[in-house]
Amino acid sequence: MSTTLTSPARPDGDAAPARVVNDFSIQVATANGSGSQTSNTVLMRAIFQMGIPVSGKNMFPSNIQGLPTWFTIRASRHGWIGRKKEVDFLVAMNPETAREDCLDLEPGRVLVYDEPLKLNELRSDIVMVPVPFDKLVGPVCPEAKLRKLVKNMLYDGVVSYMLGIEMEEIRKALFKQFGPKKVKAAELNWGAAQAGYDWAKANVHVEQPYRLERMNANKDKIIIEGNTATALGCIFAGCTFVAWYPITPSSSLVESMIGYLKRLRTGPDGKGTYAVVQAEDELASIGMVIGAGWAGARAMTATAGPGVSLMSEFVGLAYYTEIPAVIVDVQRVGPSTGLPTRTMQGDILSNATLSHGDTRHPILFPCGPEECFSMAANAFDLAEQFQTPVFINTDLDLGMNNWMSNPLPYSDAPLRRGKVLSADDLERLGGFARYRDVDGDGVGYRTLPGTNHPAASYFTRGSGHNEMAQYSERPEDYVNNVDRLSRKFDSIRAAVPQPEIEVAPGARIGMVFCGTSRESCRESQEQLQREQDLPVSTLRLRAYPYTLALDEFIDNHEVVYVIDQNRDGQLFQLMRLDLTLERIQKLRGVRYYTGLPIDARSITDEILRQEAQ
Amino acid sequence: MSTTAVPPKKTNHIGLEVLHYKGGKTTLCAGCGHNAVSERIVEAFYEMGVEPWRVAKLSGIGCSSKSPAYFLNLSHGFNSVHGRAPAVSTGALLANRDLLGIVVTGDGDTASIGIGQFIHLLRRNLPLIYIIEDNGVYGLTKGQFSATSDYGAKSKGGSLNEMHKLDCCLLGIELGATLVARTFSGDKRQLLAILKAAIAHKGLSIIDVVSPCVTFNDHPGSTMSYAYMKEHDVALHELDFIPHFDDIRLELEEGEARDVTMHDGSILRVKKLGRDYDPTDKMGAIRTLHEAEDAQEVVTGILYLNTGSKNFYDTLQMTDTPLSALPESVTRPPKAALDEIMEELR
Repeated sequence: MSTTLTSPARPDGDAAPARVVNDFSIQVATANGSGSQTSNTVLMRAIFQMGIPVSGKNMFPSNIQGLPTWFTIRASRHGWIGRKKEVDFLVAMNPETAREDCLDLEPGRVLVYDEPLKLNELRSDIVMVPVPFDKLVGPVCPEAKLRKLVKNMLYDGVVSYMLGIEMEEIRKALFKQFGPKKVKAAELNWGAAQAGYDWAKANVHVEQPYRLERMNANKDKIIIEGNTATALGCIFAGCTFVAWYPITPSSSLVESMIGYLKRLRTGPDGKGTYAVVQAEDELASIGMVIGAGWAGARAMTATAGPGVSLMSEFVGLAYYTEIPAVIVDVQRVGPSTGLPTRTMQGDILSNATLSHGDTRHPILFPCGPEECFSMAANAFDLAEQFQTPVFINTDLDLGMNNWMSNPLPYSDAPLRRGKVLSADDLERLGGFARYRDVDGDGVGYRTLPGTNHPAASYFTRGSGHNEMAQYSERPEDYVNNVDRLSRKFDSIRAAVPQPEIEVAPGARIGMVFCGTSRESCRESQEQLQREQDLPVSTLRLRAYPYTLALDEFIDNHEVVYVIDQNRDGQLFQLMRLDLTLERIQKLRGVRYYTGLPIDARSITDEILRQEAQ
Repeated sequence: MSTTAVPPKKTNHIGLEVLHYKGGKTTLCAGCGHNAVSERIVEAFYEMGVEPWRVAKLSGIGCSSKSPAYFLNLSHGFNSVHGRAPAVSTGALLANRDLLGIVVTGDGDTASIGIGQFIHLLRRNLPLIYIIEDNGVYGLTKGQFSATSDYGAKSKGGSLNEMHKLDCCLLGIELGATLVARTFSGDKRQLLAILKAAIAHKGLSIIDVVSPCVTFNDHPGSTMSYAYMKEHDVALHELDFIPHFDDIRLELEEGEARDVTMHDGSILRVKKLGRDYDPTDKMGAIRTLHEAEDAQEVVTGILYLNTGSKNFYDTLQMTDTPLSALPESVTRPPKAALDEIMEELR
């Protein structure tokens, strides 16, 4: 009888940590498509609503239904929202992975599992709480076909009881998640959560160290996926044209954009002040973006590595013909199809030099939702000011996971539309040379098709051209043109967002990183200081081309660790193209490439290993 | 002082001379069919009185794709990448729907490397004039067969084409183009009338112009030579185009011709030749093309015309103002809108 469960297994010895409040990770192991996403989001949101800093990372398969998926929630009173390497509290619902999940736990950790899995036979050095989910779900969910989904909400109740999550916050989170149109479904799930809680209250009496207690750290904060933040950033930056081809992990970016565009950019006549085209492939989507940019629209596409590979030829065209385009690359694991649902900073090197011939493209590296939003505006401004394709490299971790964030920062700074000559300008000037460096910044003036003036037209071509945009194969015209493009790239260097630098007093070593590595690098910095008394300065690159601040940072430190979420050290390699030999010799690489978001402990351990050599 | 009056220069109905529609000097071979197409484009845009600065002319890569440089110097031009003019023109026209778009490509550009983009262009009915200068060979790479080459055609070097051909007009009719025509670069009158109809049409016009390559595909055994076309070209009808700004309205001869009213109010008069061909009959058009292939005829004229379909701007429910002309006040939502969204995310 299930009442035997009132004495769950207790860990042997004293491996269990002492009381741990608001500083541990919860992992839920389920099968894809079982509805666990809802219960996991509710759990995360409830903790967020209790004012405790929290992050949620979904590790899911490339599959619609059935393959294993893990959701990790980290609560951190210190505000660390990077991935935590160790799992402290595990909910094992998936028979496929339960055995391995159980055996992977460190001694003293807690395991809540579906009773029939009989995990108690595997080990005795962890806290075990078997739950008869199937028996509990029947009474709360009369409709048999819904039970598989509702079952997951039961563990929200059990976990809430065990950790001290306030049920009122679960209820609020749950109804928010389902929204006003699905109140009935919300009520059904709320019943399940309560049943889980009540069962746990009556049956779980085991001692375990982990507790969540209300804080007040999340005032004004929001929870948002990076892709949604980028989508909003593009809309609030005045984007009018989107062409895309669905690809994980970028699809939700454009889908979110479509939703918000309908809401925010439908005119009084019911017509949209934008166009979104789902193209036949990524070649077409970037081709459309380039056509639209040529004709004067703020145009963008969103894709992932395989899509960028297909866009290569077109991006070279845009670089050479000098047409603005914004490409959001939500990076996933390559090469090839790779691990489509796992994260990697895998396209840094290839995006910076995409296409044949000599090319260089600016890349922005947002580290969280706020920058997804603000850098979208930066990207459009840079693209139009410098008439060139601009990449925004986010990644799956940022794009598809829920992030706690400050509210997205509205900006009413005027849009920088770049050097575009109107019919009046042409009347005054008498004409123009499309590719002449008039202002010494490498950027020529352009006109838009449709400009009502006989001097407005010019011929855009991917073949060799002179300052007048005429076909030319003359060596001096070619050199003149590509040297100007090089000067233009130097102008871009001065215009991209500056790095975020934190100099630790007396630091001999520094860390350089970009994007989502930020959270774990900063946590590692804290670990090295606290555990090893080793001060480390940090520099987070916010853009390529690198700025002079990087040179200075390297000069001020003896050794600089470049942290990369890829095998080959792409950020590192790109620096080698730009920096002096003297500076390159100070660099060391830390590379993390498991497909999971980088964690602080892995960085700390690797730096210490290299320091000991 | 001489009082001899200078004869007034000939202008179109918006006051421009034909000179305003000319392009640069061609670099194609003497006698290339493509040059004749460029000349007809100049005439058609001049006679229709289109403001040249309202035109965007685009192309892919190849001999044909060079030709936008040889007409309408006052229009913005874009020589893009091989086979991708459909995407670039789609983006450009969506960004500025006031533009009149014209794409000139070839059979390699459209039917091989760009076939994917071509097919999806057809599905959208974007208002665009899409001309395929079709000569059955790759000229710039010296005479390889293209995908529109007839089965059994002989190359200049003597080899036989043993692949089935791809008919861009059939695809166009099947997949959503709303004006589909085939013509011959040597038939000035028919080509001109078709171009004018395409200018008047606010949907996708596919014009497949058999345009012989004098260097690589004008020999005995070719099915796309001048000589072959002279023998095998069968015009479906005689086309008269009566522009909307023209006051002259000739009586329709009952039973001998049919009139189609174009989107801009112009009239396309389709005069019966040997057969009574109805260009609005989709199935009839498809059947005619298949029968012509069996009979080794090249049927020319407007094969299909549908003035009743939604175009891509309608489908996307886009505002009437060009996106490129929208002010910041329209394209950037106010702070209150962001505040509201932030509240929902708390």
